[in-house]
Amino acid sequence: MLQKVYDWIDDRVDITPLWRDIADHEVPEHVNPAHHFSAFVYCFGGLTFFVTVIQILSGMFLTMYYVPDIENAWRSVYYLQTEVAHGQIVRGMHHWGASVVIVMLFLHTLRVFFQGAYKKPRELNWMVGVMIFFIMLALGLTGYLLPWDNKAYFATQVTLEIAEGVPFIGEATKSLLGGDPEIVGAQTLTRFFAIHVFFLPAALFLLMGIHFIMIRKQGISGPL
Amino acid sequence: MSGKKQPVSRRQFLNYTLTGVGGFMAAGMLAPMVRFAIDPVLQASSGGDLKAVAQVDELTTEPQRFDWTIDQVDAWYESEVTKSAWVYKTDNDEIMALSPVCKHLGCVVNWQGDPDHPEQFFCPCHDGRYYKDGVNVPNTPPNAALDVFEHEVREGTLYLGNAKPRGEF
Repeated sequence: MLQKVYDWIDDRVDITPLWRDIADHEVPEHVNPAHHFSAFVYCFGGLTFFVTVIQILSGMFLTMYYVPDIENAWRSVYYLQTEVAHGQIVRGMHHWGASVVIVMLFLHTLRVFFQGAYKKPRELNWMVGVMIFFIMLALGLTGYLLPWDNKAYFATQVTLEIAEGVPFIGEATKSLLGGDPEIVGAQTLTRFFAIHVFFLPAALFLLMGIHFIMIRKQGISGPL
Repeated sequence: MSGKKQPVSRRQFLNYTLTGVGGFMAAGMLAPMVRFAIDPVLQASSGGDLKAVAQVDELTTEPQRFDWTIDQVDAWYESEVTKSAWVYKTDNDEIMALSPVCKHLGCVVNWQGDPDHPEQFFCPCHDGRYYKDGVNVPNTPPNAALDVFEHEVREGTLYLGNAKPRGEF
């Protein structure tokens, strides 16, 4: 049945080359943990992507209940944690996943660094990877404020003070991030929400796309 | 084992195992999220408390509109919401409390809202009409009678609960 549906579509629009190009390629022996167990270090990039997918999914579901408003943010989080079925699990996935993704990203970066995999011709991909790293850190930073509890509030206070410390443009940067030169409040929360949910993910998808296209084009670097 | 031997190739075995394990992991990941998302559908509806609305001796055989407020809990938001009912005594001295919400598309009906049909409820949105007992007038938009409030009389005071469609009493 499924095969017939697939054939029917494939017959008309020829989708086989599309997924073959993505999914069906040889994994070189030196990166296959079945051949050399130490090759598990090559898994960290994929694991980062896997956790990122979890973050995107759990984040999408969380916005069904969350409101980015100073009156209701904390209460909506409390409600989804205590009243909604599996709310603790879904929020837990997003909460812990946020840390796991940074850890995986860091391990992936270490592997690439110590194997020298960033060297010619892969310098551009290293740069894109570093940008992804910063995007992830920014996602962690902006997401931290959203529960609007004490920890979130004061962490953001500190963040904005740090931004203010930048010479010359410090005050402007603080207002731009926080939405107000003084207050950490309503506009800070909506801004951080918009950045966390729309702007940074958009940048992340773009950079991940470039990262993956480049690795397919250049291939995994050779054995040490 | 009985029957014909069906050899499973190494490739097939690996394919099945990988699909199985992958499917299990994906399901384990998605199940909590899906249950989380469909929670509103599965929430048990809480039966509303009865609220004091009017004194029974205020009631006449003419429908009168009574308003009262209930405390509504909407997830993390609690507020007071005004409800209303058209209440009157029938000829056999029974109390009738009709919901003002039109059964066509949910506008609010008025008693004697249309000068051409004085003894009827009238909905201004699409000219829907109901007789005094709440039954919809044939050939007007509504296709069901007005809902009726659960009611109770305690010491001369009328208490109203939730409005329910006719067949559910």
